Amino acid sequence: MELDEFCSASRVIIVAGKGGVGKTTVTATLAIAAARTGKSVLIVEVEGKSGIAAAFDRPPLGYEETELAPGIRARTLTPDEALLDWLRGNGLRRISNRLMASGTLDVIATAVPGIKDILVLGKVKSLEVSGAADLIIVDAPAAGHAITFLTSARGLADSVRVGPVRKQAADVIEMLSDPKRCQVLLVTLPEETPVNELIDTAYAIEDRAGTSLGPVVVNCCYEEVALGDHPATAESIQNDGALVDVFVSDEDAASVAQAAEFRAERVAIQAHQAARLSQRLPLPQIRLPFLFTADIGPDEVNWLADAFTAGLTNL
Amino acid sequence: MSTVHSLNDVVMKGHIIVCCGSGGVGKTTTAAVLAVEGARRGRRAVVVTIDPAKRLANALGLKELANEPREIDEKFWDPSGTRTPGGQLCAMMLDTKSTFDALVTRYAESPEQTERILANTFYQNISGALSGTQEYMAMEKLHELHEEGGFDLIVVDTPPSRNALDFLDAPKRLLRLLDNKIFRMLMVPTRTYLRVAGAAVQMFLNTVSRTVGTEVVEDIVAFFRSFEGMEEGFRERAHRIVEVLAQPETRFVLVTSPRRDAVAEARYFAEKIGTHNLTVDALIINRVHPRFTNSPTAELLARTQSLQDIAVSGLERRAARGRLAAAYTNLANFAEIADRERAHIETVRVRTGAAPVSFVPYLSHDVHDFEALAEIGSILFAEPTGPDQAN
Repeated sequence: MELDEFCSASRVIIVAGKGGVGKTTVTATLAIAAARTGKSVLIVEVEGKSGIAAAFDRPPLGYEETELAPGIRARTLTPDEALLDWLRGNGLRRISNRLMASGTLDVIATAVPGIKDILVLGKVKSLEVSGAADLIIVDAPAAGHAITFLTSARGLADSVRVGPVRKQAADVIEMLSDPKRCQVLLVTLPEETPVNELIDTAYAIEDRAGTSLGPVVVNCCYEEVALGDHPATAESIQNDGALVDVFVSDEDAASVAQAAEFRAERVAIQAHQAARLSQRLPLPQIRLPFLFTADIGPDEVNWLADAFTAGLTNL
Repeated sequence: MSTVHSLNDVVMKGHIIVCCGSGGVGKTTTAAVLAVEGARRGRRAVVVTIDPAKRLANALGLKELANEPREIDEKFWDPSGTRTPGGQLCAMMLDTKSTFDALVTRYAESPEQTERILANTFYQNISGALSGTQEYMAMEKLHELHEEGGFDLIVVDTPPSRNALDFLDAPKRLLRLLDNKIFRMLMVPTRTYLRVAGAAVQMFLNTVSRTVGTEVVEDIVAFFRSFEGMEEGFRERAHRIVEVLAQPETRFVLVTSPRRDAVAEARYFAEKIGTHNLTVDALIINRVHPRFTNSPTAELLARTQSLQDIAVSGLERRAARGRLAAAYTNLANFAEIADRERAHIETVRVRTGAAPVSFVPYLSHDVHDFEALAEIGSILFAEPTGPDQAN
């Protein structure tokens, strides 16, 4: 698949996965890749402090849109702020302040679980409908929450039978279940527990939210050390040294061999997990490499965007 | 100060251990390791897990939801028979809803009141998987085990919440909900009161009804009415939980991975915990990359470069040069990431004061059985560990 085709498939892409798998990095990567095709991108951060700005070397985001890079804007979206927006938009400005001040919002949010998710997704929907950007990328809450986040609209539509909230829920369901408007990009690490959770999440999203699933991003893949079929032993390394007239001390050779062996082990485990994932979940995989050299910053994200584009093309 | 000595202290002298940290850093596993270690050293230990990965849950015998501690046969956690006599290991998985139901039953004035509350939709929402409730019930369970369980050592995992300290504030949050003025007014049974002071409230509720539906508001009102008379019991209990957490026998173990984002969360936690007049008693860093060499990174990088620059001829020698450069690059890669991880760790370390720091290396396999728990236990408790020994 070509990058341009992928980025045009839907206006909203929701990036989801277990905590610690690199959702934010993937969000940034996707934003850069999409911006390269000339699309305007809006990143929406819904989980407090996910650090997307750090990937672009910028200070943390606020509710107001900020430009992170040419063609890439970003903002946060919290339920409270989304509620205020929504109340004002529905002619309820007078009660909005009172709701917030009296703590009654908490009571109502408890009475109507999922209302906060609906408010946030409703705001995403209105951004989508108003054409706020060519592509809106949502950095979703961590895995378990992602399922709730995406299914609460249906739950709400069942429990609230009338009124503007129901209308809002219906609009959100419509967006979530239309593959031309919205898709979910799942992220995982090639490790046992994250892979298991990803499989559960994928089935839950498909069955209960009805949202279309894009390819799975397998993050932090170790690349193989190019030793060909030579063993990663101290002896073999010293032999290679002798061949090119370089002295390799015993100590050095041992360290080099240990490191190579460790990496080979990880590569094998990861390959096993990726294979297991593709058996259990028939979705194409895009592999992103593990970065040894630096924390995620603008250069790294650009590099990952290359890898993402290449991964898409190979699908 | 010896690191080993101090983590031993946590397990041997602590009565309650609270494992905290952000999601995906190995909190549940760490909690299990600490409980196993306590049991092996002769303590009657219980580990309360929140959301264990399936295979770990299976290993701990938690296949079915069990909201009460279940004893684990010693052949699993002491296969070699080397433990100190007297130890016991129990495990349980927190069931938020039944813990809450038990709490309501305890404080209700009559079976009818219990029934009314348990049947109320609003209550069911509160007691379900609502954020904050899980944290609150974890603390509630902790309190119950502390008062009635007969355990020497209670290890609790905390839910992976957006706010690392939710579990400290959760009991108070429910009280604040119960204190909500508008809904409290509705609990006053006299109609006169409603007519005089409640006109504005009624109008407000009408607006809310129009927005989310009448049934929702009726549920809320019914909930507040049926809860009447119980808040005092809840308040008192929440207060006692805070007291238990502040006892010196309660130890806080902060778990993190060495990645930048996890460390930032850990730092935030370490700062916040101080504002609650509590201290981090131990810091455990999971999944630390091994370094493999003591050579400085810059030297390794220079070496890699010079290897690539060697002029050689012939296919075989060029292939050898390629392999050598690749192998050295890999070593340099690990040195680089290890250095960076250690720099990140340092930023939490300065905020946790005298707390001992332990390192668990990046293992080449997943932790989902007692063998792997024992392996981590031997790393944490065997010898003084530094990040560089962690390989």
